Amino acid sequence: MSGKNSDHTSDVTKNIEEPISKELKMIMWQMWIDMHLARYFEERVQWLFSKGLVHGTTHLGIGEEATAAGTIAAMKSQDYVFGTHRGHSQAIAKGIDVKYMMAEILARKTGVCKGKGGSMHIADPDIHYFGADGVLGASAVMCVGTALATRKRKEEDRISVVFFGDGTSNEGATWEAMNLAAVWELPVLFVCVNNTYGMSTPIKDVMKDTDIAKRAYPFGMPAKTVDGNNVLEVYHASVEAREYVASGKGPMLLVENTYRISGHSKSDGNLYRTKEEIESWKEKCPIKAFRKYLVENELFTEEELDKAAKTAADEIEQAEEFAKASPEPSFDDLMNDVYA
Amino acid sequence: MMKEITYAQAINDAMCEEMIRDETVFFMGEDIAEYCGAFGVSRGMLEKFGKDRIMNTPISEQAFVGAGIGAAMVGMRPIVELMFSDFMCVCFDELVNEAPKMRFMFGGKVKVPMVMRTPSGGGTGAAAQHSQSLEACLAHFPGLKVVIPSTPYDAKGLLKTAIRDDNPVMFLEQKTLYRTKGMVPEEEYTIPLGVADVKRSGTDCSIITYGRMVQMSLEAAELLMEEGINVEVVDIRSLVPLDHKTMIESVRKTRHVLIVHEAVQFGGFGGEIAGQIADSEAFYYLDAPIRRLGALSCPIPFNPNLEKAVFPTVEKIVAQVKSLL
Repeated sequence: MSGKNSDHTSDVTKNIEEPISKELKMIMWQMWIDMHLARYFEERVQWLFSKGLVHGTTHLGIGEEATAAGTIAAMKSQDYVFGTHRGHSQAIAKGIDVKYMMAEILARKTGVCKGKGGSMHIADPDIHYFGADGVLGASAVMCVGTALATRKRKEEDRISVVFFGDGTSNEGATWEAMNLAAVWELPVLFVCVNNTYGMSTPIKDVMKDTDIAKRAYPFGMPAKTVDGNNVLEVYHASVEAREYVASGKGPMLLVENTYRISGHSKSDGNLYRTKEEIESWKEKCPIKAFRKYLVENELFTEEELDKAAKTAADEIEQAEEFAKASPEPSFDDLMNDVYA
Repeated sequence: MMKEITYAQAINDAMCEEMIRDETVFFMGEDIAEYCGAFGVSRGMLEKFGKDRIMNTPISEQAFVGAGIGAAMVGMRPIVELMFSDFMCVCFDELVNEAPKMRFMFGGKVKVPMVMRTPSGGGTGAAAQHSQSLEACLAHFPGLKVVIPSTPYDAKGLLKTAIRDDNPVMFLEQKTLYRTKGMVPEEEYTIPLGVADVKRSGTDCSIITYGRMVQMSLEAAELLMEEGINVEVVDIRSLVPLDHKTMIESVRKTRHVLIVHEAVQFGGFGGEIAGQIADSEAFYYLDAPIRRLGALSCPIPFNPNLEKAVFPTVEKIVAQVKSLL
């Protein structure tokens, strides 16, 4: 496997040669839906913030949807997944109902974390999603722990996946996690979503060599870099990566190159990048590219895709209504789950 | 039946018994396998349980404490050892931002039944970076339980409870106590967290303390008794949960209180104890101000005479009690 950076093309057609199975077509359909749920969810959250209807902050990953949808589609439901603080798309792909996510964002009792976590901590351990963590690097070391537990229980077909950003690839904890997972040959898939900015800082300012895949090699770990805006490339690489990791050979690093069209958080004035740059990436939108592929290859019609997108939009609208109609947690709820 | 064992052996016994009882318990840390830990606490454990359950880790505190949390989140009961409690500073994120927050932050859907064991405190000539008592830092964070045993009996009974607890427990051991001996029942027993132990009953002044200072306070009490001063020594045993009731009852009875700990007095846990007494009905019973005795605000020096000068001593405890009466 190579550590070479692929360029940021989004020609989804290039990596499908064999006839497409029914199963793969179903997966494509699911990815199409997940990407739309994520896009519409985040656009709605952004709108709600702009109207002052949400307090706190949120980290949106508009433009990065293919990384989560493509990677998690290749995983099995029993796999443990640790997301990032920019993790709405990961939570959706893992299967958290957007209704409970929206309720969490609006700080409601019906939220997936009962209104106590917010956007930065959306998680659902019941479906093995250990969610967003607000302090970078920690998810990687905890992910090594879930992998260690599966090893101890001899659960052979269960891997642990951790998403992290290019910025977090500079955290010591990430390096410690890679080393430990490698030396103990644990089933961990490290997924670096490289959107080329740590908040506002371009990676070239904080990395001598921006080829993040190379960071796997000192630990004796293979790595692969893919176009993170090409959902099928992400998916196929993830299937291969999962196979490798589940085979007991140890961890692997997948670097998914993408771009965050939205700002870092609500405080972002986009002072560190040009409008032209953002616009150029809108052209490389992973959803647009996927649509082109699906239609050109006659896998789905424009009408079918539009209908699915509309259903996703409706689901987000219903999620907002559900959240708004839900009660806030009461003071009686405050001390639940406080034990010391 | 009772047997006499060391504090280190009591900790070893507690871990071994729990590992036999529950196969989800495992132990990891730096040099804990063949080397048996920097203080020899895990002697014989590798032979008993094998390297799959007694796991040497890289010198990567964030990685193995974090891995302990992750394993605990999916149902294991890891015990992780930090070679010196000072090293908690290198994995403070995992200890304070992750372990204690998960259950609450994720709406109660996950638990972190992990024990972090670590040798704490000074008196060994290990100087400024290997001698600190940092328990107040840990006690500050809602979601962490903090235990500091002072005897082999307490160490064994409390550690067994800590391992069975569904939440993260910080188990701070006292390195100068590892070789001290005490009587321990041969049969199974546990001690609940949050129950103080009156190590010596008295009428004239309460000393509220924990860890290594318990023995010193008892020695001070014997000296004071020779002068007709009858001191009560309350060993809180756990900072979190804290046995408020026993402390308050003792102060109401003796009307005088000295709080003693090895940690730096400024910002130390004694301030919390003093605050709780001052906030309670015991305040009205006090015949003298609440007094604290901790270490000087000074990095711990290497020179033995200077090191001794930094910490509370039996003589300092005696003098402080006398000054209150």
